[in-house]
Amino acid sequence: MSDVDLLPALLVVGPILLATVPVLLGLRYDRTGWSVALGTTLGVFAGACYLALEVYSADGVNREIAVIHELGGFSQPMGIELVADTFSTLIVLLVAGTALGVLAYTRVGGPRGNTFYSGYLLLVGGLLGLSMTGDVFNMFVFLEIVGLGTYALISSGDGPESAFAALKYLIIGTVGASIYLIGVGFLFMATGHLNMHALGGEIPGLEGQNLQLARAGFAFIFVGFAIKVAQWPLHSWQPDAYQHAPDGVTPLIAALVSTVSAYALGRLMFTVFGGDFIAATPYAAAVVVTVGAVSVIAGSTLAVIQTDVKRMLAYSSVSQFGLIVAAYGLLTETALLGAVIHLIGHGLMKAGLFLAVGVIALGYGARTVDAYAGLAQHRPYVAGSMAVLLIALVGIPPSIGFIGKWYIAVGAIEAQSWLVAGVIFLSTMLTLAYVARLLERMYFTPRSALESPRGTAGTEPGPAAAGGALTDGGRAMGATAGRRVTIGMLAVVALTAVIAVVLGFSGDVFTELLAPFIESAELEVSP
Amino acid sequence: MIELLATRYAYALMFVLLGIGLYMVIASENLVKKLIGVNLFQTAIFLFFVAVAYVEVDGEPGGSPVVPATTEPAAGDLILASPLPHVIVLTAIVVGIALTAVGLALIVRIHAEYGTLREDTLREVRADE
Repeated sequence: MSDVDLLPALLVVGPILLATVPVLLGLRYDRTGWSVALGTTLGVFAGACYLALEVYSADGVNREIAVIHELGGFSQPMGIELVADTFSTLIVLLVAGTALGVLAYTRVGGPRGNTFYSGYLLLVGGLLGLSMTGDVFNMFVFLEIVGLGTYALISSGDGPESAFAALKYLIIGTVGASIYLIGVGFLFMATGHLNMHALGGEIPGLEGQNLQLARAGFAFIFVGFAIKVAQWPLHSWQPDAYQHAPDGVTPLIAALVSTVSAYALGRLMFTVFGGDFIAATPYAAAVVVTVGAVSVIAGSTLAVIQTDVKRMLAYSSVSQFGLIVAAYGLLTETALLGAVIHLIGHGLMKAGLFLAVGVIALGYGARTVDAYAGLAQHRPYVAGSMAVLLIALVGIPPSIGFIGKWYIAVGAIEAQSWLVAGVIFLSTMLTLAYVARLLERMYFTPRSALESPRGTAGTEPGPAAAGGALTDGGRAMGATAGRRVTIGMLAVVALTAVIAVVLGFSGDVFTELLAPFIESAELEVSP
Repeated sequence: MIELLATRYAYALMFVLLGIGLYMVIASENLVKKLIGVNLFQTAIFLFFVAVAYVEVDGEPGGSPVVPATTEPAAGDLILASPLPHVIVLTAIVVGIALTAVGLALIVRIHAEYGTLREDTLREVRADE
């Protein structure tokens, strides 16, 4: 076993073990959590980059070039393995990068406290484990670790609402993970394996009763993940969770938790079941496409009517993940490539957008669409970055949002699924509807015009959501002293906007990097 | 039908428990009862895995041997029970306990903030604020 093989295990175990350090140090010192979290995420990011170099520099079939760590030295099919292949390494990079970026916000923007950073590291470790695990039951365990971290972080918000949102998520999320576990049980009955690679080899050859078991397993697994990915009508936990989580937590949860769950669904569909199995199962692909398409329409429509910006972006996530799930269901190589690109792109854009929302709430005191009036004039940098990210979300080139949607649309046309092609067109229109509403407020409505909505007559219209009294200088110094907008926060938001645009030119790079994975998925080759 | 129930009663029981658990999660207004419902739901799945591990050999009930000790078992060879389902249940129990603990902690906080555990009352209180 060479040194690189140890890396996947270290990436998972490191953050989880170090999550105990802030709590322990907290017994003696007050504010060490941030430094520990920064050190750990820096290490994780460096490790992820090294892993990516190693995986993407190799040539060959997907499984051959993957870096595989067998936990405890037990080889598959009995042991558990961590697999960093061309697909999971991309997700690992996204998780590590986003976790690092969000820290730039939480240093000053809060929430503070050592226990918060323990939860933070636990969540990062769980997400990395979920991305790399090669065992379906181990996936359940990581799903629950991610869940526990998420519930704890959401409930670290100030108001009592956050505890209620976290409990709602806990109950729905646990039921979802349990339904997934039933699916795992059916797969185990059918094949006697839990290892994904072994399952993938076994499932195409199943017959009779065992085939029925595997199909039932697929149904349970899909429904379980539909809850975790927040597909309509199982999305009801998500808007509350995103809205009531602290501003420093929402970017992490919105960008990563659902993204990694959607990745896990893709991994199960294409590595474990394989395109042929899904195509041969009656109605399976049709159900997946329909759930995705309905989520796109329902999510976008609900987003248009929201007044709270965080809630609006949360419903937008429902619709964007609908697009990804629908692309999975199309079962063509182009659509799968589009789904993966959109997965990464959406994670990046949502991280940037929610960070911008946090920065605006801190520095401008605005949380509703109406309160964003005049933002561009008073906070040009953050407004500019947010505008770029919003436009990228609509899918206007050049941006990562465009190439993701483009590949999915091409895949839909190749599969002759006019329903999905139409839904993509309609969803772009609806996305434009809520994005344009926000842009219009930010750039074309003068600030004085909004005095009415949250009638704080007097000096400044800021509803004083988080920061307290605001001064025109942009540095808010109020009741919660010290919470102000730092250069670091603005830099991260601007950097995300730049990356979202630059990646808009990277369609070929993604195609090349992901080629081994796409080939292994047993899909129709594009004509 | 009766024969099916007599031989596969564990699976039937599992679906009954799943149903009761899910019904409690949806219908009960009390948050603690909702959490108990989640627990029942998970317990049904533990039962499912234990039932999966129980395999009849040549129509003889009583053992759960699925993994032979050697790769090519001869007639009189030692046959071992597959440890995997039991390990899964053990792990899932631990995960379930952690989730219940977090859930109860959240419920304690909700009770401290709102003074009630009933969801309908909570809805009224939150609507007033």
